[in-house]
Amino acid sequence: MVASAPEKLVGKPIKRREDPRLITGAGVFIDDVRLPGLAHMAVLRSPYAHARIVSINADAARAMPGVLGVFTGEDIKHINPLPCAWQAPGVENKVNTPRLLALDEVHQVGDPVAVVVTESPYQAKDALAAIEVDYEELPAVVGARKATTPGAPQLHENAPSNIVFRWSCGQDADQVDAALAASEVQVRERIGNQQLIPTAIEPRGSIGRYDPGTGEYTLWATSQAPHVHRLLTAAFVLGVPEQKIRVIAPDVGGGFGSKIYLYFDMPLVLWLSEQLGGRPVKFFEDRSENFLHTSHGRGHDSDVAIGATKDGKITALRVDTFANLGGYLSTIAPGTPSTLYGRMVAGCYKIPNIHVGITGVYTNTAMVDAYRGAGRTEASYMIERVVDLVANATGVDPAEVRRLNFVQPEDFPFDNGLGGLPYDSGDYEKALNRALEMVGYEDLRREQAERRENGDRKMLGIGLSSFVEACGLGPSQYMGREGWAAGLWESANVRIHLTGKVVVTTGSLPHGQGHETTFSQLVADELGVPFEDIQVKHSDTQGTPFGYGSYGSRSLAVGGTAIYKSVAKVREKAMQLAAHLLEAAPEDIVYENGGAYVKGSPESGKTIQELAGAAHVGYDLPAGMEPTLEATTFYDPPSFTFPFGTHICVVEVDRDTGDTEVKRYVAVDDVGNVVNPLIVDGQLHGGITQGLGQALYEGVVYAEKGEMLTGSLNDYAIVRASMAPMFELENTVTPTSVNPLGARGVGEAGAIASTPAVANAVIDAVSHLGIRNMDMPLTPERVWRSMAANT
Amino acid sequence: MAEAVATRIPVKMTVNGTEYAAEVEPRLLLVHFLRDNLGLTGTHIGCDTSQCGACVVYLNGESIKSCTVLAVQADGGEVMTIEGLAKDGEYDPVQQGFWEMHGLQCGYCTPGMIMSTHSLLKRNPNPSETEIRHALEGNLCRCTGYQNIVKAVQYAAEQMSGGSAPTS
Ligand code: FES
Ligand code: FES
Repeated sequence: MVASAPEKLVGKPIKRREDPRLITGAGVFIDDVRLPGLAHMAVLRSPYAHARIVSINADAARAMPGVLGVFTGEDIKHINPLPCAWQAPGVENKVNTPRLLALDEVHQVGDPVAVVVTESPYQAKDALAAIEVDYEELPAVVGARKATTPGAPQLHENAPSNIVFRWSCGQDADQVDAALAASEVQVRERIGNQQLIPTAIEPRGSIGRYDPGTGEYTLWATSQAPHVHRLLTAAFVLGVPEQKIRVIAPDVGGGFGSKIYLYFDMPLVLWLSEQLGGRPVKFFEDRSENFLHTSHGRGHDSDVAIGATKDGKITALRVDTFANLGGYLSTIAPGTPSTLYGRMVAGCYKIPNIHVGITGVYTNTAMVDAYRGAGRTEASYMIERVVDLVANATGVDPAEVRRLNFVQPEDFPFDNGLGGLPYDSGDYEKALNRALEMVGYEDLRREQAERRENGDRKMLGIGLSSFVEACGLGPSQYMGREGWAAGLWESANVRIHLTGKVVVTTGSLPHGQGHETTFSQLVADELGVPFEDIQVKHSDTQGTPFGYGSYGSRSLAVGGTAIYKSVAKVREKAMQLAAHLLEAAPEDIVYENGGAYVKGSPESGKTIQELAGAAHVGYDLPAGMEPTLEATTFYDPPSFTFPFGTHICVVEVDRDTGDTEVKRYVAVDDVGNVVNPLIVDGQLHGGITQGLGQALYEGVVYAEKGEMLTGSLNDYAIVRASMAPMFELENTVTPTSVNPLGARGVGEAGAIASTPAVANAVIDAVSHLGIRNMDMPLTPERVWRSMAANT
Repeated sequence: MAEAVATRIPVKMTVNGTEYAAEVEPRLLLVHFLRDNLGLTGTHIGCDTSQCGACVVYLNGESIKSCTVLAVQADGGEVMTIEGLAKDGEYDPVQQGFWEMHGLQCGYCTPGMIMSTHSLLKRNPNPSETEIRHALEGNLCRCTGYQNIVKAVQYAAEQMSGGSAPTS
């Protein structure tokens, strides 16, 4: 008998099922993995940003207690360098990727030069201190623009002027220049987007174990993409058959992009374990190493030329960006400033003439790759600053400039002219209007005017940010055209055991997002089985279909859709079986409330558990039906999804100190349909806070010779509890038609929207003093200096 | 240098109610003693400059950063880690608060965050939002934006004071 309707879980703020282990200390992160005979690897790193390695003497280190081996670049020069799997499309890329250990030359402070393997971690640190390296220091360069100027130090022979690629999109530059010259209002500005350190609170780590009996390798790693790490390690670096490697991501303590990439240690610990006859070898970076060497994000320096009419309509936009990629190319580095940034610079606006040119550049810094919001964060910052510059130049209110230029609901699907995929749908003005209403925009503008009139020390600033992003990465065919070297679909397997318990295997994986909860909610509703009966498995390549992992806000939109489709296949098979058992025509069977029955007679129906049992034992199946209820789907999305919204930040800036206090933060987001609002809000809180950190506090600083001056959490300021406000969130819901869930994705939206909202607010607060732009982070000192220079 | 490493010093301490004795290098950090010698891996390590708070535990009733204390300094002391917080299979109200209010995402900062919160509520059973945010300055979270952590603390405060509404 099929029971009455169980409670629907999708859309409910269900408490996370992964939390019990994490609140009791029972989570197992990489540093918690315990293996017998574990040996420890520590890394000797270059103190120079650019130098030739003249000699390395490790004799003393080799003789120290507990030392199992010392290895340098010479010892492993037969091993391939790491691959670069996403080049800027359609243009030549001068590719230089890092070797596992530097061979002749180092190109950044922190470049790995040698490793020691010891019995205990403390011994490893001792042994490092006993290795002598003779370097010949070479001139270094920091700053992407500077690195391309004549006479700048050169990093790699094949890349003259340190240029990795030059790439552009949109109309011809000449055509756009002509439109600019013909515009009533013209504004030129230099806009920066500083380099950031992702700073997941768990640093990176890896453990490699070789099994001499089977010739198989197991890699445990802080990974956002275990299957990809296996593929790259096997086929591109070690030259080991792919099936001989198993990659496991244990609990992962935050990633934000930084754990997508293949790093030197991952293949290295496997190779070292093999050298040690199968003893497992572990590497766990400390925070300083994480800051120096785990890939950074952003790092743009752009020239912008804007044309507009006197009443605020944007007529032309030209953006020329220097993108720092660091000392070498990280795994997908060139794709971020090209596809993910260049093609999204138009934001939510119709801009009739637009050209974006990117120069990817090597400099002697950490590698720069995708970091939360990747590319789209830089694009939304760019365009939202542009819109405010237009408002500033024309005297038209920033909200009005946005309205005037918005893509309208009837314009979808909308091609922004930059060669990307069309935006699916949206109502940008609705989100803007709701945010203005929530914040009480007109009253705030009145108060701002009054304070200015009175010369108040606390100046009020209101910052708007209307954004659209491309996520749910991504359609494989398009990504292939864009230079991505693989597919970007996602897999899911759904299996119902004889006992009626459900196991879902997904190629996406969590590092804080709560996949186990969200996916269980989805499956519980679609199958009508109890939440507790569902297990979501992920993060292990063994016995699972290939999956591309979690980044680009793709887990629900792409991974969730694969699950949804597998459930549908399982349900379909269950219905066929029910028709057979109930001796009814298949078209008379309905599936509802966890079972299948002949229309109108649920009391004589079969529950999914009964059907799973029958399918499993296989005593009485329709002709040709295979036993068990199980299905696998490889879902390749037809397009990106395009979340959008408007965020508004209200700040007070102190005229005497330049200090900013965030007073309010209002966000209206449209992420399409929501499975778990608790988790969606959490993603927004976290994303907004990271973006706010960029606007006000964070930024990597390198000295002229390439030493990092912000090398610890003492100097690199991520947001603390006392620096964040309470956020006021609301949603509009415009389901996307790109996937059957109607889900757009939410992992990056907060970070994409908030940086311009906060920066625009601070600049708005001081705009009456003649300031129209400042470089982030907008620290009190920087704001104070800017005010001092303008009075 | 090689010779200096050999020295070992005996330590004894009570951790989560169980007594332990070991011989350790004088330089061994308490966090490594807890994690590597005792296998209590709930206490995490997120930095090397005493900034992140992932390693917070109780030592003799005070919350401390266990990456900043040597194991030998804890000799004779009483330590409580995240593993010792739940009693008889019941979560502590602070643990419950983090679960109820979605005060964690990746969970890496969480043990330290919970221990610091526990210590805050011992000192100040009814903290304001501002007091909560200041008390947690030494605990970094990169995932949550802190809003739900504040709510988790308020939830715990309310539970511990027998249900009276916390001030905000
Ligand atoms: S590990 Fe960061 S404060 Fe102790
Ligand atoms: S939950 Fe990830 S760092 Fe706090």
